[in-house]
Amino acid sequence: MIERTPLLNTATYAVLLLGALSVFVPLWLVYVGATLTVREINIPELHLFPGDHLFDNLQAAWARGHLGGRLANSLIMSLGVATGKVVMSAITAFGLVYFRFPGRMLIFWMIFITLMLPLEVRIVPTYAVAANALWPFQTILDVTGLSTVIAALTGVQVALEWNLLNSYTGLILPLIATATGTFLYRQFFLTVPDELLEAARMDGAGPFRFLTEFLLPLSRANMAALFTIMFLYAWNQYLWPLLATPDRAGFGTTSVVELKMLAPSVLTNGGGTPDWNVAMAGCLIVMLPPLLLVAFMQRYFVRGLIATEK
Amino acid sequence: MAAVTLRRVKKNYGPTTVVHGVDLEINAGEFVVILGPSGCGKSTLLRMIAGLEAITDGEIAIGEKIVNTLEPRERGCAMVFQNYALYPHMTVAENIGYALKVAGMGKAERTARIKAVGDMLGLTEFLERKPMQLSGGQRQRVAMGRAMIREPDVFLYDEPLSNLDARLRVAMRVEIRRLHQRLGTTSLFVTHDQVEAMTLADRIVVMNKGIIEQVGTPDEVYHRPASTYVAGFVGSPGLNLLHATVDKAALCIRFKDGQSIALDQEQAASLSDGPVVFGFRAEQTQVVEQGGLKIASSFNEALGSSRLLHGLLADEEAVISIPGDQPFNVTSSINVTIPSKAMHFFDPESGRRIG
Amino acid sequence: MEKRATFSKTSVGVMFVLPQILLVFTFFYWPTGAALYWAFTLERPWGGGNEWVGLDNFRQVFADRAYWGSIIRSIIFAGATSFLSMGFGLLLAVACDRGLKFYQAFRTVFVWPYAVVAPAAALAFRFIFAPEAGIFSALVKSNHEFWNPAQNGYHAMTMIIVCYSWKYAAYCFIFFLAALQAIPRSVIEASALDGAGVLRRVRDIQLPLITPTFFFLLVISITDSFQDSFGIVDVMTDGGPAKATEFMVYKIYFDGFRGLDYSGAAAQSIVLMFLMMVLTFFQFRFIERRIHYS
Repeated sequence: MIERTPLLNTATYAVLLLGALSVFVPLWLVYVGATLTVREINIPELHLFPGDHLFDNLQAAWARGHLGGRLANSLIMSLGVATGKVVMSAITAFGLVYFRFPGRMLIFWMIFITLMLPLEVRIVPTYAVAANALWPFQTILDVTGLSTVIAALTGVQVALEWNLLNSYTGLILPLIATATGTFLYRQFFLTVPDELLEAARMDGAGPFRFLTEFLLPLSRANMAALFTIMFLYAWNQYLWPLLATPDRAGFGTTSVVELKMLAPSVLTNGGGTPDWNVAMAGCLIVMLPPLLLVAFMQRYFVRGLIATEK
Repeated sequence: MAAVTLRRVKKNYGPTTVVHGVDLEINAGEFVVILGPSGCGKSTLLRMIAGLEAITDGEIAIGEKIVNTLEPRERGCAMVFQNYALYPHMTVAENIGYALKVAGMGKAERTARIKAVGDMLGLTEFLERKPMQLSGGQRQRVAMGRAMIREPDVFLYDEPLSNLDARLRVAMRVEIRRLHQRLGTTSLFVTHDQVEAMTLADRIVVMNKGIIEQVGTPDEVYHRPASTYVAGFVGSPGLNLLHATVDKAALCIRFKDGQSIALDQEQAASLSDGPVVFGFRAEQTQVVEQGGLKIASSFNEALGSSRLLHGLLADEEAVISIPGDQPFNVTSSINVTIPSKAMHFFDPESGRRIG
Repeated sequence: MEKRATFSKTSVGVMFVLPQILLVFTFFYWPTGAALYWAFTLERPWGGGNEWVGLDNFRQVFADRAYWGSIIRSIIFAGATSFLSMGFGLLLAVACDRGLKFYQAFRTVFVWPYAVVAPAAALAFRFIFAPEAGIFSALVKSNHEFWNPAQNGYHAMTMIIVCYSWKYAAYCFIFFLAALQAIPRSVIEASALDGAGVLRRVRDIQLPLITPTFFFLLVISITDSFQDSFGIVDVMTDGGPAKATEFMVYKIYFDGFRGLDYSGAAAQSIVLMFLMMVLTFFQFRFIERRIHYS
């Protein structure tokens, strides 16, 4: 459109530049912080120009934060959540959309409701479940009296126990137990024309074939979007890994949780001034993987974000 | 009311040129239809006149004023869009009156004008509705009302009827023509539908691949197509086009299979020996028992009022139209004669009309 | 919306749904149920199961001034961060949507903060706002009172709000821009022909047409600010100083895991769940009313 709005264009660019600055400046300050020595960084002034100790600090952060193992944990957890979500959501949505069975609507709503309440609000009992994932089933047996029956019949006292703390399973499973991706797929499957199934069936395809050879290839873009979003979501998790990995010496925890240990605070750890240069170097390392993912998958990321939230 | 003048108007999108130096003169008060297939640059041309696209080169003038760098709102054009582009959150009255509101007109005067336009378009009872609650035809009227109320110098229509069903399209066509008679505003109407073009236009501009093939009245475009492209595009079916060779000595043109057609002196004078593209209209032929051109017929289509016979003449496709009530025997071939007035000749290289 | 054509084998269908059902039951419904159960019971001190205490836990929680404090702080935080992140997100989205030269580069950059892990952003901003080394350190040297988030609750709150809004402005930007770009081009062009300039179009056409997105983001950013703030708070201030940044989820965590008061934490969880559900229902209403472009 032809528009002669030099003033407004200048103002628009000013806004855009200010926006870009407010994105870059904090990131730049982190980078500069990561390049200074402890002595330099604690000089009380604005540090705008990088020093030359980046690699020393990265090394120190890597060693102090055990970042090798921690990053591996983050990666395994994020991949697990993203993959689990992509697979689980697809088959659930497939079952809900392409089958008729009694209680289907009930199940639909049961899964739908999970969208409303994030993990954070039911964190305490979820922790209890993770400490023994079979607790619900044990309780059901106890309450219904079944365990007494079994004890009387076989002489075996039923004591189901499966501790998920300090394990990848425990990190991953509670984060998959929501409906986010299920609805993305459901919406997509509903837009697939009925004729496709009818044609596939006339060609002799059963449910498995239809899912793997027709629906999944069609939803490739959706899968990439969901994967990106879920990977990011999992990498970002803080409260759950903080609780689910109490054994810091053994199993360790995720890199994101470890980050705080690089800068202990006055309130919890007695304090002192943190080694900001090392902390910022750790910050850079932990920030990088999701930033790279978003940089390379921006299209899928934006698409996934909008699709999963709406 | 204003004339619109285009001088060597060009449009590039990056390396691709979509409009190649178009010259066009539209008189004040004229209704001109730009006709062409999709992607021929006709919509781009319209949008350049409206100021929605910048022009790469050349000059556009509305009235006396060169508008190349003027913003859309400064050009005095109003446009009806293909998808109507109504404001979904405003009522019909607000949609129609928005331009006046922006221009700062007082509420009372605005309401009166909206009512007048609403009455003219039969929208009186819908003024308080939102576009969502209207049918396709009603939305179309709102879009027209929105364009009309500003009393623009030029009306621009960008395929406004293509989203309507066939019956409504005919009705709206008539209505647009009637409105033009009443208001007399210079109008440019873009379409790919040749029937729309023929029925609406004072003059038709046929475009193809970013250039103008022909400018002329509907009769001229139909009866004297300027190029093989126009000949094939306008009319249903399009002009039959057959490759042949002129033999001036024998006063005839000869087809590849040896059949020939006699020319009169006048025709022969305008032609030169050698290859030519020969054209004739399906409905301007006469079926004869013997003689004339022999066409090997393959199948026929009954259209009610007429019947189309498809066949081959010297291995090239040809279509003949006969009245629908005329008795018809399926035979392997059919003989036709073509009156010399109904013959068209084109240069096989350039595709331009000869004579 | 339902499918006309489906597979007929019921058992196969159930098999597809079963894994999710098990997972949702174990990690969603059971914990939610447990929270409800704990909220209405009290663990007996020497074991032997829980005792039904009715609404006692809730009475206790609501009688606690510290709890009301956490609610009020959560609301202030939600209000401030929603205002800032939506405001900046919208401003940048409108600027980008003008489609001036290089806008794609800006669009790419504006998405980044959302990709920065929240606790990492928290650590970064804690450094940036650190009185001993950050941007205010020079000013702090001459006046110790000028900036000290470790002592001053308002400073701590400001710091957390800035950090959170920095990240979520990017999120709002993504949604606002998507909404703006979903407005048909021709509607904008029509209004330009009707004489409306750029700013007038923003006011009369674009903003009204993205109101559904606006309300959607408002609800999302309020509910998200309740849950997603945890990591930022824990890394930046540990809820301090003197509980000045203790929000609802942080208090649940603190009472449940540090104080081992499961019943109190459960009652707080139920209150929070109720709040979230009310807000979400609100959002569904607006989603239903979303304007559909023809």
